[in-house]
Amino acid sequence: MKKNRVVLVLVALLLISLPVFAGGSQEEAVAETENSAFKVAFVYIGIPGDLGWTFEHDRGRLAAVKALGDKIETAYVENVPEGPDATRVIRQFAQKGFNMIFTTSFGYMDPTLEVAAEYPDVVFEHCSGYKTSDNTANYFGRIYQSRYLSGMVAGSATKSNVIGYVGAFPIPEVVRGINAFTIGVLKTNPKAVVKVVWTNTWYDPVKEREAAVALLDSGADVIAQHQDTTEPQKAAQERGLYSIGYHSDMAGFVGDSVLVSAMWEFGPFYTERIEAAMNGSWKSQSYWGGLADGIVKLSDFSPLVSEDVKKLVLAEKKKIESGSWDVFNGPVMNQSGKTVIAAGSVPADGDLLGMSYFVKGVVGTVNQ
Amino acid sequence: MRIHFKKRKSYSAAAAVLTPVISFIISLLLTGIMLAAFDINPFKTYTNMFQGAFGTWRDFTETLVKAIPLILTSLGVATAFKLKFWNIGAEGQLVLGGIAASGVALFWSSWLPPFLLLPVSILVGAAAGGLWAGVPAILKVKLNVDETLTTLMLNYVAILAYDGIYCGPWRDPNGYGFPGTAQFPAAAWLPRLSGRAHMGLIFALIIAALLWFAFYRTKWGFELQMIGQNKKAARVLGVNIGRNVILALLVSGAISGIAGACEVTGIARRLQQGLSLGYGYTAIIIAWMSRLNPAVCVPVSILMAGLLVGGDSVQIMMGVPSAMGKVMQGMILFPMLAGSIFTEYRLVVSRRNTDISEAEVAK
Repeated sequence: MKKNRVVLVLVALLLISLPVFAGGSQEEAVAETENSAFKVAFVYIGIPGDLGWTFEHDRGRLAAVKALGDKIETAYVENVPEGPDATRVIRQFAQKGFNMIFTTSFGYMDPTLEVAAEYPDVVFEHCSGYKTSDNTANYFGRIYQSRYLSGMVAGSATKSNVIGYVGAFPIPEVVRGINAFTIGVLKTNPKAVVKVVWTNTWYDPVKEREAAVALLDSGADVIAQHQDTTEPQKAAQERGLYSIGYHSDMAGFVGDSVLVSAMWEFGPFYTERIEAAMNGSWKSQSYWGGLADGIVKLSDFSPLVSEDVKKLVLAEKKKIESGSWDVFNGPVMNQSGKTVIAAGSVPADGDLLGMSYFVKGVVGTVNQ
Repeated sequence: MRIHFKKRKSYSAAAAVLTPVISFIISLLLTGIMLAAFDINPFKTYTNMFQGAFGTWRDFTETLVKAIPLILTSLGVATAFKLKFWNIGAEGQLVLGGIAASGVALFWSSWLPPFLLLPVSILVGAAAGGLWAGVPAILKVKLNVDETLTTLMLNYVAILAYDGIYCGPWRDPNGYGFPGTAQFPAAAWLPRLSGRAHMGLIFALIIAALLWFAFYRTKWGFELQMIGQNKKAARVLGVNIGRNVILALLVSGAISGIAGACEVTGIARRLQQGLSLGYGYTAIIIAWMSRLNPAVCVPVSILMAGLLVGGDSVQIMMGVPSAMGKVMQGMILFPMLAGSIFTEYRLVVSRRNTDISEAEVAK
């Protein structure tokens, strides 16, 4: 009993002494932040080494650093789970004197707004959500355009007419991507179907791979994905099968079996927004740029893609870039064959942002 | 020649105090060497860690936010460990408590008076956690099924059920398909004390005090201790082992269930991902480091929470990768655990078999 009490007192002492410890070094920390650089923070769901989503955001960060030099100072935290922990990390950045904070996952939306309300002098940019406030903008890209083009390549490559698609969450962002991809697949191969498996995680190399393997086992011979890492692509390559990359140009990390990638280019956007925040012209907005703006791209083709297919895809790309046509222009049919977007009609962005049904050609359900 | 551990018959108070302190210093030194090897200034790192976790009141409240579920689950685990019942299932019990409390908060607000919504949520959460621990307890008592396996496996059942529920039937119909329930009605929000630190802290402290009293000042506590130390003797002395195991496990699970209920009503205010962050597993380490003493579980949990929060802070201020934060946490824990082993056991190098049999008897 006595022993326990002694331990208790000791631990309590240790606890009490901690803030003292911290206090002693306060000066040093302040001195560190005294330089006048504009401080920009990034909150990541995965790690820059995921070679996918976070890799692209970090490439964007580095591009901004390259463009703006020592006028800015950047920092990031990786592996921040969506949910309560995100609020703490975002708040820590705001509290430590960061001027601008980019939060790069859908689930950071409410945490970002919560912290933004507490720190009106800090500007926030949230990626992939739908809410904004005076000091919180959101941004995203019409990656569905690149998805459509990559779907055309997948449709021409499949022999079993089954394409596997590893999906993270059944939210509109992912559903829209699957739909655009499937419309592309059917463009080059009307007999093919796209089979969807949900992982309920953005970033989990093991689950992503398992889902891809399950799809391959069920007959898919091309793998596409909406996940953060290259694991699904690697699983396909190990079986000698093809895949479509997402986020980054995954051929560089996996090999030529990645036929083409729908990819991001955040650098110019980040640079522009940071500059705006620095010179005071920053305004809250909802940004949704497409192929024409350069925030989404199509990677180079693998040498395994035929010239005919390339030509076809590039022609469609030109059409989208020119603005004369977009992926979800009617007619679009849902899974059961009912027309949901009438022939000749162009859906509003709001409809696309809330898309929660699968189009014809998708095998799977949005509601699990 | 054989090297083995021999339980010490007794150890001095000085050893009990000095071991964790020395272990902690060794931890810092070892971690410092590792950091230096990666060209990271260890002093600055530690300063940042402490500052991030305890530097300002705001930081400290965030550390408390993390400490609350750790205190509660470690108390739950300690209650079971007291009987040498290896309840590895605090994670699942926490998750089930969270699910049950969410169910009440979401669906009972139509007929429960508002002032009852929160207390009923938490009580139902506690009941769910208790039942989740009760199943392995009954299996153990009636069929002698190994509890390590059942409690561990039930974690996965609970987590999968939780995933299925917030992604499926309970998903917010207005949430654009993103997994997670609708926000609870305000009547089911656990009041916050400061920052995000919520009333769960008060529950945790009360439960710690009650458990401490129960363990060391009541007949029940004495019976638990006896069952843990020598089942046969306890049985001979007429202690009802089966009843005690089930009762202790109901209490153990209920405490973890409260942790889950507090997490959903106090922090997220909805059922969504991020409820199961491994608190139930960290709790095992905490309970062990605290020698199952509920009063010690509280400060140790706060320190552990500081380690977790401070790890993020190091990332922010020094650009250290998150994996390095995890490695540091591991390296700090390892000597602490090793230290606690050496307090209770002594390393014996023996040549003759007699020594070994003696050691086995002692075990």
